[in-house]
Amino acid sequence: MKRLNFTRQLLLVLQLSLSALVLLAASDRVFAERTILNVSYDPTRELYKEYNPLFVKHWKEKSGEAVEIQQSHAGSGKQSRAVLDGLEADVVTLALAYDIDQLYSKARLIPENWQTLLPSNSSPYTSTIVFVVRKGNPKQIKDWADLTKDGVSVVTPNPKTSGGARWNYLAAWAYALKHNNNSEDAAKAFIGKLFKNAAVLDTGARGSTTSFVEREIGDVLITWENEAYLVLNEFGADKYEVITPSFSILAEPPVAVVEKVAKKNGNLDIATEYLSYLYTKEAQEIIAKNYYRPIDKDVAAKYTKQFPNLELVTIAELGGWNEAQKKHFADDGVFDKIYDPSK
Amino acid sequence: MSATVQPIGNTQQHPQRYALSEPDWVRFTLIAISIGFMILFLCLPLGLVLYEAFSKGFGEYWSALTQPDTLSAIGLTVLTALVTVPLNTIFGISAAWAITRFEFRGKSLLTTLIDLPFSVSPVISGVIFVLLFGMQGVFGEWLSDHDIKIIFAIPGIILATLFVTFPFVARQLIPLMQEMGSEEEEAALSLGASGWVTFFKITLPNIKWALLYGVLLCNARSMGEFGAVSVVSGHIRGLTNTLPLHVEVNYNDYDVVGAFAGASILAGLAIVTLILKTFLEWKQSENN
Repeated sequence: MKRLNFTRQLLLVLQLSLSALVLLAASDRVFAERTILNVSYDPTRELYKEYNPLFVKHWKEKSGEAVEIQQSHAGSGKQSRAVLDGLEADVVTLALAYDIDQLYSKARLIPENWQTLLPSNSSPYTSTIVFVVRKGNPKQIKDWADLTKDGVSVVTPNPKTSGGARWNYLAAWAYALKHNNNSEDAAKAFIGKLFKNAAVLDTGARGSTTSFVEREIGDVLITWENEAYLVLNEFGADKYEVITPSFSILAEPPVAVVEKVAKKNGNLDIATEYLSYLYTKEAQEIIAKNYYRPIDKDVAAKYTKQFPNLELVTIAELGGWNEAQKKHFADDGVFDKIYDPSK
Repeated sequence: MSATVQPIGNTQQHPQRYALSEPDWVRFTLIAISIGFMILFLCLPLGLVLYEAFSKGFGEYWSALTQPDTLSAIGLTVLTALVTVPLNTIFGISAAWAITRFEFRGKSLLTTLIDLPFSVSPVISGVIFVLLFGMQGVFGEWLSDHDIKIIFAIPGIILATLFVTFPFVARQLIPLMQEMGSEEEEAALSLGASGWVTFFKITLPNIKWALLYGVLLCNARSMGEFGAVSVVSGHIRGLTNTLPLHVEVNYNDYDVVGAFAGASILAGLAIVTLILKTFLEWKQSENN
């Protein structure tokens, strides 16, 4: 009798599990009429968390339709790879043009001229690369040259996996070229010294921030301007300082509609509007509040205090992303030559 | 069956004899080391998880747990376990049955293959599914043409978890069924019982505690798996984040309470698993 009971109980448990499964599957999201997926990079978490409700409201007013926006965040290079592997992004908002270019060159998910489809190289906001140091700036770090001094411990993500890290690297490279009469050998030596001072290379910008702030590694964190101010907000202006160097790079994180996916999902209209709405005054305000430099002139004027003026080199002046990628970050490129973790 | 059972008295005498033969200071040091290790590596982190989870009070903790994204992560984790555990239970019983009751070519190969997920890094377990079902993968184009989503969707998460957890049940059953031998089943069959009746009336009652033990471990791992699931998930909030992934997302969002609230559920699951495990081990030894 006891044996039969056990068998029956087992069957009952199986039956219950199956019915729960069916219920769960059926209850899957009934609220929004359509859903789009925005695949983005690490530091934009807070920005899109604020922008998405604004857009949902705008779309509701415009079309009467309730739309839901899903977010996915990780390192820019990893996200580009995921979209290529089939992550069904309706829009991508990544750290640099090269990662979006891959969606054209490897899989034709977007048109070749994607970067001309929206204003200012399809970048609704710009940023630059600055330093975060511990309060009082004990190592007196003021500019890029200070990062190569002996005894300074630097935290930056890995340029192989992180978009932010590639901007960091190229800013340092451009600085070294400028101060050494464009001598590439001198620039290589400069970058080599800088990366020799690197305490840890995390895979993404957010990982580096965590290393610097929570694990208390390093004297200086090289990071996006927006990420730097986020550190002050989250962890206290009494503990950290943002140092803006004399010279840096104009970082343009671009956005694009993944046309092939959006068309297939029937979301092309929402996806297109989602990105162009980023250029409106309301959205630009949110962008500035999250410490990205707005494109809109009026909003930018309002926030000038927040964004110090500094000399900025553009990626075009460095030959564009394809060339920079090939020269510096591809296998056996400059980065592989100058960085040897065993030394 | 009774032939393989050891006299009860024996098992009780052993520890006493060994304990008495060691000097006191050795015993004391060994006990101190194990307790110290337990406190340092188990109790302290567990305490910290709870401390951080409740650092802003119970209200914050509760609201972190009842956020839509957390609820959806819990739902997905439960769903994954509900699919993988029964499937791997059936697979585990079949595999154990085949290996212990039949002679066939490639039997030792099968035994080795069952252990494969234990020896492979979970990241690889995830990447193989991307290579198979991803857009650039072997079946990618066909799947996309037929509008079937596997990778970066729930099926991919379930597949990866299935792969990672499939040895647990079989691993528990094989040694037990080998030891049991097939005499009782042969007797039942020779008395005219059908295969199914033999299984439900003879085999299942004999293996039930080991089976439940395997199911328990399988469940714990399927709910806690991080690496393989992280590769195939796509990290879409509220949709393809399981509870362990949700903890990471919250941690990176500087949402400490949210991260540790999620972690506290996983820790609670671990504790329940431990208690049930001790109970099942006790039942199993009692049965013998």
